[in-house]
Amino acid sequence: MTVRNEMNLSFESRSCNESFARSAVGAFVAQLDPTIGELNDIRTAVSEAVTNCVVHAYRDTIGLIRINVKLTADHTVIIRIRDNGVGIEDVHQAMEPLYTTASSEERAGLGFAVMQSFADSVTVRSKPQKGTTVTLRKTFARRTNHV
Amino acid sequence: MEPNIRFDDSGIRVQLCGEIDHHTAKDIRETTDTLIQQRRPKELRLDFSRVSFMDSSGIGLIMGRYRMMSLYGGYLKVINVPEALEKIMILSGLGALNIIERRENNYDSPQRNESEL
Repeated sequence: MTVRNEMNLSFESRSCNESFARSAVGAFVAQLDPTIGELNDIRTAVSEAVTNCVVHAYRDTIGLIRINVKLTADHTVIIRIRDNGVGIEDVHQAMEPLYTTASSEERAGLGFAVMQSFADSVTVRSKPQKGTTVTLRKTFARRTNHV
Repeated sequence: MEPNIRFDDSGIRVQLCGEIDHHTAKDIRETTDTLIQQRRPKELRLDFSRVSFMDSSGIGLIMGRYRMMSLYGGYLKVINVPEALEKIMILSGLGALNIIERRENNYDSPQRNESEL
């Protein structure tokens, strides 16, 4: 896996930054010439991961969210979203569709399900009181006009 | 962007605009819930034709309004869903509620007497 390009973002866990994060990652990933659908998948998955940081990791507080994006030579994008928030006790349970700890705020409990459906793979590493790292991978279809 | 709200014989139509995420869903939720509580419409139509992006916050928004309309004896319709949003709508299982209409029926004709808020 040869990394062709890489970028890092660091921003505060304010809900207004959800759109900033997905737009910034989308703009960077656009270099791989994804289809509109593929780009929308990336934007949606990033939006879910960042919203988790805002709603859960830094509940009642503001902390830093860090995003690292790598573009590889084989048209794969690897996005790592990290926080130093509360962490997840049971990752397996948290990833179950419809499971949510914030039902009063009308969270559908679909964040991880959407990430899993919109990215090729999702890995979650978390330590309670330390933080969570979500890694999203997606390989874009090669198109004939790619150089 | 502020939703555009219209009233007609059968209820209320809310034209949503722009991107729906956790941040923007809050305002939309407050606006529509105030309308529902004040007007108690028979039907609430959420028009997604001008929505360019939506994550699972939009699903929560739809489910919440569905529940609220049911509580007041009315019903919710989700209309004019753009192709870009179909994937998340399908994934959410909203299809089983039978509230999604790909195209709006009858309501869009300009000769209809609709007042804008």
